[in-house]
Amino acid sequence: MASSSAAGAGSTDPTAARRNTKRPKYSKFTQQELPACKPILTPRAVISAFLLVSVVFVPIGVAALIASRKVVEIVYRYESKCIPSNVTDRVAYIQSSADKTCRISLDVTKHMKSPIYVYYQLDNFYQNHRRYVKSRSDEQLRDRSEEGSTSACKPEDTANGKPIVPCGLIAWSLFNDTYSFFRGNKNLTVNKKGISWKSDREHKFGKDVFPKNFQNSSIRGGASLNESIPLSEQEDLIVWMRTAALPTFRKLYGKIEVDLNEGDTINVTLQNNYNTYSFSGRKKLVLSTTSWLGGKNDFLGIAYLTVGGLCFFLALAFTIVYFVKPRQLGDPSYLSWNRNPGGH
Amino acid sequence: MSGDRKRKLRLSKIYSFACCKASFEGDRSQIGGKGYSWVVFCNEPDSFEDGIRNSADNSVRSTKYTLATFFPKSLFEQFRRVANFYFLVTGTLAFTKLAPYTAVSAILPLIIVIGATMVKEGIEDWRRKKQDILVNNRRVSVHRTDGIFEYTAWKNLRVGNIVKVEKDEFFPADLLLLSSSYDDAVCYVETMNLDGETNLKIKQGLEATASLQGNLNFKKFKATVKCEDPNANLYSFVGSMEFEDQKYALSTQQLLLRDSKLRNTDYIFGAVIFTGHDTKVIQNSTDPPSKRSRIEKKMDRIIYFLFCILFLMAFVGSIFFGIITNDDLQNGLMKRWYLRPDDSTIFFDPKRPAAAALFHCLTALMLYGFFIPISLYVSIEIVKVLQSIFINQDIYMYYKEADKPARARTSNLNEELGQVDTILSDKTGTLTCNSMEFIKCSIAGVAYGHGTKEVEKAMYRRKGSSSILGHDIESEADDIRDSVDKKALIKGFNFADERIMNGNWVNEPHVDVICKFFCLLAVCHTAIPEVDEDTGNVSYEAESPDEAAFVIAAREFGFEFYQRGQTSLSTHELDPVSGKKVERKYKLLNVLEFNSSRKRMSVIVEDEERKIFLLCKGADSIMFERLANNGREFEEKTMEHVHEYANAGLRTLILAYRELDAEEYKDFDNKFSKAKNLVSANQELLIEEVSDEIEKNLILLGATAVEDKLQDGVPECIDKLAQAGIKIWVLTGDKMETAINIGFSCSLLRQGMKQIIIHLDCPEILALEKDGDKMAIAKASRQSVLLQISEGAAQLAAYKGSSQQALALIIDGKSLVYALEDNMKNMFLELAIRCASVICCRSSPKQKALVTRLVKSGTGKTTLAIGDGANDVGMLQEADIGVGISGVEGMQAVMSSDIAIAQFRYLERLLLVHGHWCYRRISSMICYFFYKNITFGFTLFLYEVYASFSGQPAYNDWLLSLYNVFFSSFPVIALGVFDQDVSARYCLKFPLLYQEGVQNVLFSWRRILSWMLNGFISALIIFFFCTKSMELQAFDAEGRTAGKDILGATMYTCVVWVVNLQMALTISYFTFVQLILVWGSIVFWYLFLLAYGEMPPHFSTNTYKVFIEALAPSPSYWIVTFFVVISTLIPYFSYKAIQMRFFPIYHEIVQWIRYDENIKDPEFCDMVRPKTMGSTARLSAKASPH
Repeated sequence: MASSSAAGAGSTDPTAARRNTKRPKYSKFTQQELPACKPILTPRAVISAFLLVSVVFVPIGVAALIASRKVVEIVYRYESKCIPSNVTDRVAYIQSSADKTCRISLDVTKHMKSPIYVYYQLDNFYQNHRRYVKSRSDEQLRDRSEEGSTSACKPEDTANGKPIVPCGLIAWSLFNDTYSFFRGNKNLTVNKKGISWKSDREHKFGKDVFPKNFQNSSIRGGASLNESIPLSEQEDLIVWMRTAALPTFRKLYGKIEVDLNEGDTINVTLQNNYNTYSFSGRKKLVLSTTSWLGGKNDFLGIAYLTVGGLCFFLALAFTIVYFVKPRQLGDPSYLSWNRNPGGH
Repeated sequence: MSGDRKRKLRLSKIYSFACCKASFEGDRSQIGGKGYSWVVFCNEPDSFEDGIRNSADNSVRSTKYTLATFFPKSLFEQFRRVANFYFLVTGTLAFTKLAPYTAVSAILPLIIVIGATMVKEGIEDWRRKKQDILVNNRRVSVHRTDGIFEYTAWKNLRVGNIVKVEKDEFFPADLLLLSSSYDDAVCYVETMNLDGETNLKIKQGLEATASLQGNLNFKKFKATVKCEDPNANLYSFVGSMEFEDQKYALSTQQLLLRDSKLRNTDYIFGAVIFTGHDTKVIQNSTDPPSKRSRIEKKMDRIIYFLFCILFLMAFVGSIFFGIITNDDLQNGLMKRWYLRPDDSTIFFDPKRPAAAALFHCLTALMLYGFFIPISLYVSIEIVKVLQSIFINQDIYMYYKEADKPARARTSNLNEELGQVDTILSDKTGTLTCNSMEFIKCSIAGVAYGHGTKEVEKAMYRRKGSSSILGHDIESEADDIRDSVDKKALIKGFNFADERIMNGNWVNEPHVDVICKFFCLLAVCHTAIPEVDEDTGNVSYEAESPDEAAFVIAAREFGFEFYQRGQTSLSTHELDPVSGKKVERKYKLLNVLEFNSSRKRMSVIVEDEERKIFLLCKGADSIMFERLANNGREFEEKTMEHVHEYANAGLRTLILAYRELDAEEYKDFDNKFSKAKNLVSANQELLIEEVSDEIEKNLILLGATAVEDKLQDGVPECIDKLAQAGIKIWVLTGDKMETAINIGFSCSLLRQGMKQIIIHLDCPEILALEKDGDKMAIAKASRQSVLLQISEGAAQLAAYKGSSQQALALIIDGKSLVYALEDNMKNMFLELAIRCASVICCRSSPKQKALVTRLVKSGTGKTTLAIGDGANDVGMLQEADIGVGISGVEGMQAVMSSDIAIAQFRYLERLLLVHGHWCYRRISSMICYFFYKNITFGFTLFLYEVYASFSGQPAYNDWLLSLYNVFFSSFPVIALGVFDQDVSARYCLKFPLLYQEGVQNVLFSWRRILSWMLNGFISALIIFFFCTKSMELQAFDAEGRTAGKDILGATMYTCVVWVVNLQMALTISYFTFVQLILVWGSIVFWYLFLLAYGEMPPHFSTNTYKVFIEALAPSPSYWIVTFFVVISTLIPYFSYKAIQMRFFPIYHEIVQWIRYDENIKDPEFCDMVRPKTMGSTARLSAKASPH
């Protein structure tokens, strides 16, 4: 094996005796002498690394913080306000067929440039529960002919012996509070188009799949769907079906495509239908503008600044320490085996 | 021709074969009974009964698997590993509803991992298969019909076949020797492959068949052999042969074993008795004990530890899950109504929360399985194979003279090489080259020869200026070396003294004694001359290298032994009177062979003047007492010389002779032949007694000194190993003086070392031995050894204060017997491990193995045994690592070793460079493996906390399962293959670096747990920073929020980045390969995400287009990733920077030194480098003699 490879090398070698030798062939790889960079954490390298991080982080942090601060956000928690004060059993109330219209007003404290995104925020709602996440049928949503593939959707798979479209717990529990906005008396239209991901609309929800037999089972879940609109255009459903990662989440409700001015009062008429009371979840209505970085969240900016500052501090600390103790390579005599070199 | 000459020999006459004649008594009565039912019909291979009974052919199989058994067997092997079994169980469970992920995604990585290991197994087995094919197809000449012999492959041989084996061929099966080219059916056999002994053994066929010397004789040959069933005992054979209506007894003397070699005999005829797997050598071959390295054993414990964490997490998770699930439905009221708790399956049923929790526990066990690195075993195996290639390919461990590179026979123990605490070394052939050189002699009380070699030089160095000969040995030695170099070197002869060379001895006083001395050298041996017909040069084949050295010496002195006749020896001699070369012929009457109890060997010859001489050579201990009163003329002088020689580490023999008168001889001959022909158990004893009587009243001629040459570079290597803090024990069969001297010459013993010698050669015990009361001897010996050990311990305690004086322990084999007894061995070990060097002399192979076991189990440290002969096999197998020297003494040691090297000095590089690297690589690799899996697995657990422990993984199924296979494992493999903390040069320059392995600094629990902690911290940072920065608000300017898919992919990106960059921070040797693999893994992750997202949605599910549509266009994805990755690495980086600078461990100190080549601080360098060890110490001791 080795001899054959050596023979190859031997042809260039003048000594013919080497032809059949088992001498390992020299290569940088087998001799483990590949050229390599041997980085070592010298003071200079450490300090420059920390400085570099802080130099990069601080501007990003500032930019992120500015972006976040520029975003105007109105959050209104309404789940208890929209229950009449005389109601004691909130769950029974929300499940009753009484009129649950509720009027609230929001004050715009800062000019909000369009588009203004309308979100609902739920709390303590486990869209990431395994039973819940799995309870859907992508085939059925996508393909009209797969109407019957509802095996994953139990117990919301069939009603009255016929398959439910869209089946499963996610669709069944579709959020059904509705909001309408008025500035003064003027209605602010909420554009509900384009609030979902394009790939969902085009590839995951069929254009020829229509809701069928939906919310017909014994227990009513959330919203009903208009059976004449294909699923690919039911954007509320599409948004809802992209399950949230965490139990507190916002979902896009729509867009208001006019600017809101500082001092405006927005009156919201909302149908408080969705039952979060049985699991004591909060409901919030959120109006928010966006920046290049998305919505309002100071965390990222502050975190960038903190870490950047920390690195600067570390760089400084290392500089001082290195300056004070320029050559202190530890004390090798602490090595246990060095203590008693001859003695064993 | 030589063949004809040999054919006429009837050597059996003159040898004192112990078991030459077999009787029908004892064992033989069992023939035909249980265990002795083997029947062979010679020359009738197709006989009916034979065909049924002994159907096995002669092919052998050393492969582990056959085509049919490969899959089941290797799969079974794989799933015996607890981690693999766990993955098999989870993989199977993945097909049930319990699984948090799809079954295919869980099974695929397992298939990849198991498949890779099986491919490796398959390739290894294929190599063995090829070897088998080669062996099975060797050719041998076999009798067909009518005296026609045809060549056929070994594998076609059948029991009963008659084969003809020619000179220097291997025996293809166990054969019954029928006849040979010699008239009396004697043949010489080399059994190197069986027991490693190089000397030739003599076998003899039955007289009845001895005449079957031609092919045609076998035309009508018929015989039936009944014998024992196949067994593994190499040294026994019981059977009988029916031939021409006569029954003959058979013994081992007639059995030629497979894999031994025919020597010095032109051909033999034999009948096949056992074939293939029935042969004794194959029956004897046991699989070498499979050794596992300490690191791997510890790794198993870590895996169990991880399993505990895993179970704990699953358990805690299940409890929470049970509570939460139980809460969902209370008094018929649904809490989390969107989960439909009223109409649930068993897995989520609030009515049966206990059952749900139990099932959830299984689910969680599957989910958190990512804690256990599935690819760990296979990665380690790949890395180890590559490491073995590095060892095999190392150009610095290639021995040019023998054309032998190093060979790692197992890759299991690479990292163990970096942790050796004690080396147990054989001496002959390991430290020395096992080639004997005649170097000095003392004739008639005059010392001749001034050849001085390493051994002696070292001794004089030790003695300082008080040299015995009183002049400067060093310069003299150099002069001699020069003069020797000018001459053509003769192997085995390194003698220089003008007084007796080139025939000058005739002018010396005591010419007659000198003449007798040379004559004895030329005649008293069992060597066989081989005359090169072209040049007339004579070479010899001798039983031992010592003997060859003597005959060669005689030849050089002018007494050339050139022919061994039937009962005679012919020599060319220089006649001292005429000064001419004359031919002399000695009639060989008897050979009294050497054995270890007799310690001497004699021949009785009759010279041309019909005078009968007994020529005897033997060890000094027994020879001086056998001298006649009138033969002690030179005793004192000779004794002095012998003592001197022994001190110089030379092997000495005393030469003496005696003239016998015809009567005396006749008397002896009668007794001797009577003893020889006696058929009884004490035949040997009788022969010995008879010999003992005749070997008396000898007249002393002189003594010889033969040097056992040290191998190149041994002292330097031992020095380095000692500097590395490795303890070296020498276990040798030599006598104490020789061993001590070799110890000095290879710098195992040093000037100023206090020697503790434990022996039993004290007068009281010798007196007891004379009485022969075994109980009393044992008792006294035991007490004596105990006393000496406790004295040694007391000395040790006394010397503890002064650091300079290290201690050396020397113990002989007799004492060792008692020291190794249960009640004393711990005391002995206690003493021995605190001594810098230990030498056990006169130790048997079994004692070697016992000592090895004692050190291994007593200290709990790694032991390495190194040896070259069959007598070292036990030791090699017993030790944690067995290193075989592929030297002269056969292949037995190499075959049972784990790593074979050609020279002792390569041990330095093997341990200090390869051992250290492998240890470091494997240990960092394993630590890193756990780190990366904990980082990944713990994010999953943290996510569970936010998903009410429902068992929903944070990541997509395929991302989940491919993490271990694609996105994180390649850089680790690169780490395991390439990483070097410091270069080979620095490894050798700072041998203390090796102690990192011995003390197990890099794989201590502290370090392992720190790495795990690092993993937990990384996971925490990644998880919380990701969720915090992406939780609620819009994810991009389009106002859309981040769902599970986006958060999962972002977190996953961060994990991939972090573990790969962490790797980059850990690596201290960055070649382009690591660069490619680290960046490649990261880039591959993006490419994979892109490609996976492009697959149809039913396959990619929630990852569909997630990268191209959501992640890539959104600045917040990139900014979050960047932030999380950098800030996750900062804690480790800061820790590393501080530790590296202010608390560096040894290899980091060396790195600093390398970095700052011309470090200005000599004090610092001194501190780092050892100063009290080895050569430096020796030299300084020499400079100032005490």
